[in-house]
Amino acid sequence: MTKSTETAGATTSYLRIFERFALIVVWALLILFFSVLMPSSFFNWGNFAILFASYAPAALLALAIIVPLTAGDYDLAVGATLTLSSCLVGVLNVWMGLPIVLCIVIALSAGAAVGLFHALFIIYFRIPSLVVTLGTTSLMTGIVQWMTNSSTIGGIDNSLIMAVVGGRIFGIPYSFYYAIAAVLVLWYVFEFTPLGRRLLFVGRGREVARLNGVSVDKMRVGALVSSGVIASAAGVLYAGTLGSADPYSGLNYLLPAFAAAFLGSTTILPGRFNALGTLVAVYFLGTGITGLTMLGIPLWVTNVFNGGALIAAVTISQLTRGREATDIG
Amino acid sequence: MAMTSEEMSNDPVAVETLPPTLRLRNISKVFGATKALDNVSLDVLPGEVHGLLGTNGSGKSTLIKVLAGYHSPEPGGTLEFNSDNVKLPLRPEDFRRLGMSFVHQDLGLVPSLTVLENLRIAEIALAKGGLINWKHEKAAAKTILERYDVNIEIWRRVDELSAVNRALLAIVRAFEDVRRRSEETGKPGLVLLDEPTPFLPRESVNQLFDLVRRIAEQGSSAIFISHDIDEVMEFTDKVTVLRDGRVSGQAETKTATHDDMVELIIGRRLEKTTTTKTASTAKRTVLAKFSDISSKTVKARPFEIGKGEIIGMTGLIGSGYEQLPYLMFGAQRADAGTVQIEGQSPIVLSGLTPKAALEHQFALLPGDRLEKSGVGSISIFENMLLPGITDYSARGFLNNAAMKKEARRLGAQFEVRPNNPEAPLGSLSGGNAQKVLIAKWMKRNPKLLLLDEPTQGVDVGTRDNIFKALRAAAQQGMSIVCASSDAEQLEAVCDRVLIFARGRIIDELTGARLTKDEIMQACYGSLSKLTETDRSQEVIES
Repeated sequence: MTKSTETAGATTSYLRIFERFALIVVWALLILFFSVLMPSSFFNWGNFAILFASYAPAALLALAIIVPLTAGDYDLAVGATLTLSSCLVGVLNVWMGLPIVLCIVIALSAGAAVGLFHALFIIYFRIPSLVVTLGTTSLMTGIVQWMTNSSTIGGIDNSLIMAVVGGRIFGIPYSFYYAIAAVLVLWYVFEFTPLGRRLLFVGRGREVARLNGVSVDKMRVGALVSSGVIASAAGVLYAGTLGSADPYSGLNYLLPAFAAAFLGSTTILPGRFNALGTLVAVYFLGTGITGLTMLGIPLWVTNVFNGGALIAAVTISQLTRGREATDIG
Repeated sequence: MAMTSEEMSNDPVAVETLPPTLRLRNISKVFGATKALDNVSLDVLPGEVHGLLGTNGSGKSTLIKVLAGYHSPEPGGTLEFNSDNVKLPLRPEDFRRLGMSFVHQDLGLVPSLTVLENLRIAEIALAKGGLINWKHEKAAAKTILERYDVNIEIWRRVDELSAVNRALLAIVRAFEDVRRRSEETGKPGLVLLDEPTPFLPRESVNQLFDLVRRIAEQGSSAIFISHDIDEVMEFTDKVTVLRDGRVSGQAETKTATHDDMVELIIGRRLEKTTTTKTASTAKRTVLAKFSDISSKTVKARPFEIGKGEIIGMTGLIGSGYEQLPYLMFGAQRADAGTVQIEGQSPIVLSGLTPKAALEHQFALLPGDRLEKSGVGSISIFENMLLPGITDYSARGFLNNAAMKKEARRLGAQFEVRPNNPEAPLGSLSGGNAQKVLIAKWMKRNPKLLLLDEPTQGVDVGTRDNIFKALRAAAQQGMSIVCASSDAEQLEAVCDRVLIFARGRIIDELTGARLTKDEIMQACYGSLSKLTETDRSQEVIES
């Protein structure tokens, strides 16, 4: 290796390190921006504590998205799965009087069933995942409306509420720590297990994975089922946060969660969907929305912000990937 | 009777009455240091079916691409079309204006559209006012098919058609384009058929030839490009043979013999070989016996692979040899056939998966490097260590540092440059990426390594390294199958070479016969051999 390429290599590696933490820097700047505008109301720990807790279901939802996305499949139905699960908890617990633990088990199993249903059409009938999960989104939304008579169900067992928001560590409600735990588990699976590496190959090169002895179909089924279960867990968390089951608001999380999944792939481990990056991205977007709302900006701006963030995030992640392929050589 | 290029440079038109439809003089094309075309001259008369023969790299495709306006020839050559001097280089739209049309191997049809839509695609796309008059289009399509006496339903989707009907449709469409153009100009046109036959069964090929012959009788000419001497001999009027970019000879097909053709293609006469020797694998212990592998296009007789043996597999395009590694690995599902490994009970190939094959210590290195073999956007060390990745998991944690260290060691051993395990695989040159992928399997030390074109797109130095690595592995007892169209490579690495034609093993070369020339001769000599035995059988089967 000649001297000049060595210098070039060093510059590239500095750029790489900067890239890994760029989103965190931008996040800090965003916090600084809102803090200057609203020194007392925005920049206080109580505000951040609420932000961290209220975006915990969104964080779980984003994690639910990156698992099948790593395996090369889209799951647009995570938002509807979240709603289904929280409403199942509401209906079963409040209206039918089932014990809360059993309700949670049923909600999580329903998530797994949704994943299996997706897998049947995506893998067995070879329908594009985008189409299948778009269809099931409407399908589940309809079932939820039927199940709940389109009404919000209040009065969910207090033990769930207590377990989710009943206590605080460092001032932040428990729900945040459930999301952190899920991030750590997924980080471990993606980074430190052979399973995570195989999943990556399944998503990037199905034929390569197959010819290297990976059971591609099983991996994809597993990813879709995991996605359903994690999205259901997000629904349980959501029901616990609200103390009620709301058949409508769950879908609002879908767009920010997708934006976070893609934005997260530009940071920490750029070019790969990764759990830590996703977490950073969820709270980056959450900070933006919270700050804008506190500034008194009308509600429609939130939608514009979410949609814009999704497109920007996918564009940036595409550029990150494209560069990987052409940059060296 | 074949003529040499010197003889043919006497003006051949003088004896003819009609002016040639296509007249090429001194067309050359240089790529870097190689002359892909070297002063090629060629005449095609109206109504003539003209064969163009040659090996891979002889310049056939370059010549076609010059006519399609894809390559610019070197200055100095001339092209006359119906006696009009045409300015070179041709622009991509010129061939259509002149009255030329191409049928490529992929046929250029849209599989999901109907026969009607494929036939009338240009008119439908340009429909006036954006409205399509289906009644009119239907009548037009029917007239076209009737004109050429081809019986295909116009409402069928192209992907529902048989292979031969698809080829017929593509040819009809090409001739129809040319016919309409020549109605306008009043001059004959020319259709170039670029190997449309290799995947067709024998009787279908005849159906196709009949069509072309019938059309040619109406005045348009055809150039038929092929590997297959027998086909060219059967239905062309005249044949031009290219070798190393030069016209090595031209002949009236009627008077030429098969051996003349082989001589012109390869550059030396096919010697009458004595009885085919079967290879002696007796001195090796047998690793695996593959029996009756068959798929849609392959029907291979049983063969054995000895321990530490390198077996080559080759043939002409479409002969099926290139599928063997995939069928043997379960990467492509076989219809039938078994493999018996080290005398154990036979395994049915139709049920073999790549995963199971890996468990039997088989390994496959596909030819399509960044589609099937490795993932360009993932790092070198992850690509290299994917198959045995569980070995790097200790106490529930994958040891990334150990993986990188091992990848660096393997990279040094196989001379991967630059040896940076964390870089994405796609950042390496073709040759270095191949070294990584070979290192991947060598590390697993498989019993049987299956290779498809292992040195395609690889530089000469790396090629030698790969050969050395393969030989060394074979010495240690690894058995290797190398499917390749590169006779030189097969001569350099193989102990034995199986020659394929129409899906069958028709010859086996070992010892003194295992030379580049013999391999090529066997490939070209092959079809006549098949005529005597398998061909009759083939007709019965299909």
